[in-house]
Amino acid sequence: MIIDINFIGLIIASIMASAVPLILASCGELITERSGVLNLGVEGMMIIGAISGFALMTVTGSLIIAIFGAMLAGVLISTIFAFLTQTLITNHVATGLALTIFGIGISAMIGKNFVGIPGKEFPVLFENLKDTIPLIGPILFGHSIVFYFAFALPFMTNYFLKKTKIGLIVRAVGDSPVSASNQGIKVRLVRYLCILYGGAMSGLAGAYLSMIYTPQWIENMTGGRGWIALALVVFSTWNPIKILIGAMIFGGLTIIQFHMQAIGVRIPVQFLTALPYIVTIIVLVVISRDSRKIRLSTPSSLGKSFHKDN
Amino acid sequence: MIKIVKRDQPSRAIFFFTPVLAIFLTLVAGGLIFFILGFKPFEALKFFFIVPIADKYGFSELLLKATPLCLIAIGLSFCFKSNNWNIGAEGQLTFGAIVSGGVALLFYEQEGFYILPIVILAGAIGGMLYASIPAILKTYFNTNEILVSLMLVYVSKLILDYLVVGPWSNPEGFNFPETRQFSDSAKLPLLFEGLRIHAGIFLALAAVVISWFVFYKTYLGFQMKVSGFSLKTAKYAGYKGKKMIILVFLISGACAGLAGVGEITGPIGQLHREISPDYGFTAIIVAFLGRLHPVGIIFASLVVAITYLGAETAQIFMQIPKYTGQVFQGMILFFLLASDYLLFFKIKFIGLKK
Repeated sequence: MIIDINFIGLIIASIMASAVPLILASCGELITERSGVLNLGVEGMMIIGAISGFALMTVTGSLIIAIFGAMLAGVLISTIFAFLTQTLITNHVATGLALTIFGIGISAMIGKNFVGIPGKEFPVLFENLKDTIPLIGPILFGHSIVFYFAFALPFMTNYFLKKTKIGLIVRAVGDSPVSASNQGIKVRLVRYLCILYGGAMSGLAGAYLSMIYTPQWIENMTGGRGWIALALVVFSTWNPIKILIGAMIFGGLTIIQFHMQAIGVRIPVQFLTALPYIVTIIVLVVISRDSRKIRLSTPSSLGKSFHKDN
Repeated sequence: MIKIVKRDQPSRAIFFFTPVLAIFLTLVAGGLIFFILGFKPFEALKFFFIVPIADKYGFSELLLKATPLCLIAIGLSFCFKSNNWNIGAEGQLTFGAIVSGGVALLFYEQEGFYILPIVILAGAIGGMLYASIPAILKTYFNTNEILVSLMLVYVSKLILDYLVVGPWSNPEGFNFPETRQFSDSAKLPLLFEGLRIHAGIFLALAAVVISWFVFYKTYLGFQMKVSGFSLKTAKYAGYKGKKMIILVFLISGACAGLAGVGEITGPIGQLHREISPDYGFTAIIVAFLGRLHPVGIIFASLVVAITYLGAETAQIFMQIPKYTGQVFQGMILFFLLASDYLLFFKIKFIGLKK
C-alpha cells in the first residue's frame, strides 16, 4: 500500500483544525483559573459564541463583525458569571453550571431561525503555497486566520504569564489573593478581567466551530468540547504549552475515529466517539495521582471566593 | 443612601425566603425575555406556568416529571452537603436504566411478581456502579470528580446508543433504535386509569423520608454536615473521609439509577436513545433550589418540573422554542445564587427622609 505523503499532511492538518477550539477555550480558561477563578461555564460560553458568530455572519454578512461579535457575546455572558462570583461572592461550581445550562438554552432559542441555513466560506491564508512543499505544505498553509492565532496563543499566553508584569499580577492574585490585596492590587478587578478574557476566548472557539470548522448552526453543536477544554487545563497542569500537546491528542482522537470508519475497522462507532471522553478520564487519573505535583501547580486560591472583609 | 452591612450570622429566615425570591425574579426576567422576543409577557407566562397544570392530566404529568427530579436531587443532596461535586447524575441515570433494562429484557414475555423488584434493584445497582467510578478515582487517585462524572455522562449515552442500535435492538423493530417492549410484570403499575403517573412516585417519597432521617437523626448526617462546612474540621474529628465520599456517591448513584428505572419501566416501557431530557442535570438545580433539604426538594422539583411542561405547552401554542425551559432553569439558579448574598449581608437604607 502506497501512502501519499500529502495525505498524511492533510490528516495532520485536520487534527490541528479540530484542536483549534480546544486550544482557544483552554487558553482562555487557563488565564481565568490562574487568577483563582474556576469557571465551569466554558461549554455555555462556547455555544453562545457559536450562535452569535453564525447569526451575525448571516445577518450582517460581515465575517469580521461576526468573529468580534462572538467574542463580545462571550464577554457579555461571562459578565453574569463575574458579577455573581466576584461581586455577590457565589459558589464558582454552581454558578458555572448555571451558566452552561443557561447558555445552551439561550443559544437554541436564538438559533431557532438559523437552523438549516448554509454557512459562508471563510477565507484561508497562503492557499497558493499549499502544494509547494510536500507534507509540510498542507500542514502549514491554507488555513484561516483563527487557526494561526490559536497555535500562537499558547506561546503568547506563556510569555504573558511568565514575562510580563500584568501576568505576574494575575498569578499573584491566583496564588495569594490576600498578599496581592495588601500590595494594593485590586484582586476582584483582576479576576473580573480574567473571567471576561476567558469568555472572549470561549466565544471565539464557538465561532470557529460554527463559522469555519463546520460552517452551519446545529443545536448543541459544541457537543462537550467546553468540558474537554476544562479537562485540558488540568491535563496541562496550568501550563499553556502543554495545552497545545493535549489539544493535539484530543484532536487526533476525533480525527482518527473518522478514518478508522473509512478504512472499515470493525469497532462500533460509539466506542470510537467515546474514546476522547474515556482518554480524558485516564489522563486525569494519571496526572492527578501525584497529589504533590498537582498541589504545586494548581493556583492555590482556585475556586475560593475573595472578599475584603475576610 | 444605601449601605451594605455584613450580618453577624447568616439569617435563617432569609435562607428559606431566597428560593421564593429567586422564582419570582425568574418570572420577571422570563416575562422580559418573552417581551423582547415579541410575545405578550403575561400571556406567555400563563401558557408556560399555569395552562400546563390546569387539568387532571396536566397535574399527573407534573408529578411524572417531578418524580425523577426529586429522586435524583435527594441523592445529590447527600453529595453536595458533604462537599462532593457529583454532576454526572445524568450518566448514573442512564447506566441504571441500561442495567435494569437489560434485566427486564431477560424476562421478556415472562410473568411474575418477583420480576419488578429485581428490575428495580438492578437499576439501583447500575447507578451505584457508575457513581463508584468518580468516587473511587477521587478517593484513591485524587482525581477531580466534577470532570470524571461529567465525562462519564457522554460515555453512558454512547453505551446506550450502541446497545439499542446493535445487540439489544428489537429483532422485529424494522431497525428502529429501540429494544423490545418490557413485559407487564417488569413495568411499574399506573396509579390511575388514563393518566401516566406511576408507582415510581413512591420511590421518590421513600427517598425523601429516608434522607430526612439520615440527615437529621443519624451520626452519618452529622458527619456529612461537618465535612460540608470544613474538611479540615472533619479530618480533625477523625471522620473516615474516604469511606464517606464513596458512600455519598453510592447513595446518589442509586437514586439516579432508580430515576432511570422509573422512566423506562414507567412511561417509556422499553429502552431507546432518549430516555431522559437531562433530568440528571436539571436535578442539580432542584437540589440547590430545595436548599438540600428533603422537604424543600419536593417543592423545588414541582417548580422545576413546570419548566419542562411549560416549555412543551408554549412550543405547541405559541411556537416558543422548547429550550426556553433550560433558559428558565439556568435563570432560577442564577437568581438563587445571587439572592444568597442577602444571607450574609444586609442592605440598609440610610438617610432616606423626605
